Amino acid sequence: MQPEFWPAEVHRELGAAGVRIVGYVPDAGHKRLIELCQADPAMHAVPLTTEEEGIGLAAGAWLGGEKSVLLMQSSGVGNLINVLGMVKVCRFPLVMIVTMRGEQGEFNPWQVPMGEAVARVLDTMGVAVRQAGEARTVAAHVRAALRLAYEAQGAEAVLVAQRVIGIKSFQEQANQ
Amino acid sequence: MKATLHRREVVGNLLSDREDLLVVAGLGSTAWDITAAGDSPLSFPTWGAMGQAAMIGLGLALAQPARRVLVVTGDGEMLMGLGALATIGVQQPRNLAVVVIDNERYGETGMQATHTAHGVDLAAVARACGFRQSTEIRKQREVESLRETIHAGAGPVFAAIKVIDEKLPLVLPPHDGVLLKTRLRRALLGDSADMPAEKF
Repeated sequence: MQPEFWPAEVHRELGAAGVRIVGYVPDAGHKRLIELCQADPAMHAVPLTTEEEGIGLAAGAWLGGEKSVLLMQSSGVGNLINVLGMVKVCRFPLVMIVTMRGEQGEFNPWQVPMGEAVARVLDTMGVAVRQAGEARTVAAHVRAALRLAYEAQGAEAVLVAQRVIGIKSFQEQANQ
Repeated sequence: MKATLHRREVVGNLLSDREDLLVVAGLGSTAWDITAAGDSPLSFPTWGAMGQAAMIGLGLALAQPARRVLVVTGDGEMLMGLGALATIGVQQPRNLAVVVIDNERYGETGMQATHTAHGVDLAAVARACGFRQSTEIRKQREVESLRETIHAGAGPVFAAIKVIDEKLPLVLPPHDGVLLKTRLRRALLGDSADMPAEKF
């Protein structure tokens, strides 16, 4: 299987689970998945100005009876810390798919500190962390995260490793 | 121009005969205001997550397109999440209204001036973000007309209502987050709110 197949698999999982609302702050690693969600007539793809907005969006969607997912890059996890308190105290179901920066192949040193802290930050705020280190495992992690979130009111994050995304330079990113 | 409207009267007017209106309130004074108007299972007063009231309203409005959704929040809470106005402007939910009860103060922390005290115009920001209707309100008759718009007008609607910076008795809603979530889902979705999802 080619690495670029994982977004299609994840999109199928979201559809199968009945996810209707997809909040996102763009990341190069999420480019294909965002496009698939935008093209899906059963989904509202909602671009956000900051990741925090995705937590309010997910909470409101669930109050209204709809499932959602939040797509973002690892740096954005740092923007979520206080609002994750609402997820914990209300036991809102939450599924985040986080593409990692600051790992293997990173070209920008300013991405490294938050990348290194992501798993610990999420864990500290009560979000379960699933590490998807290979393209072929991403969809299975997303399926498990959706089930635990929506059957057990869990907060779940799937971290998609930078080696799955495979971007190593500004030039390659610009050429995407 | 000095404000003359009283926040509790304004919110009481907006929520009178609210029927099946869904209401999200920002933390602090606006949560007390909607509770003073009469607590309801269809209200979701927040106690934290400052800056997210409008986004919770957007999520609800997208999930429940047949219902009207009203966000009532303070100027400090709105200023913390100004990006939400841009995000709502892009989505254009017809059933969403965001009303800022603007006393130009951080009322819970010692009445420090907010940016609106220095001229920041939230209604102009909302208009620039693409809200279909956006007004600054200083008169009682405008409040009455806003109530009609919240129930029947085409959204997204925004209003900043200038109110007196008065300290009022606390009227507290329940603070258990799980209770607040569950009571709203039950009132909105019925017994299915408590049942396992169908799709797994």
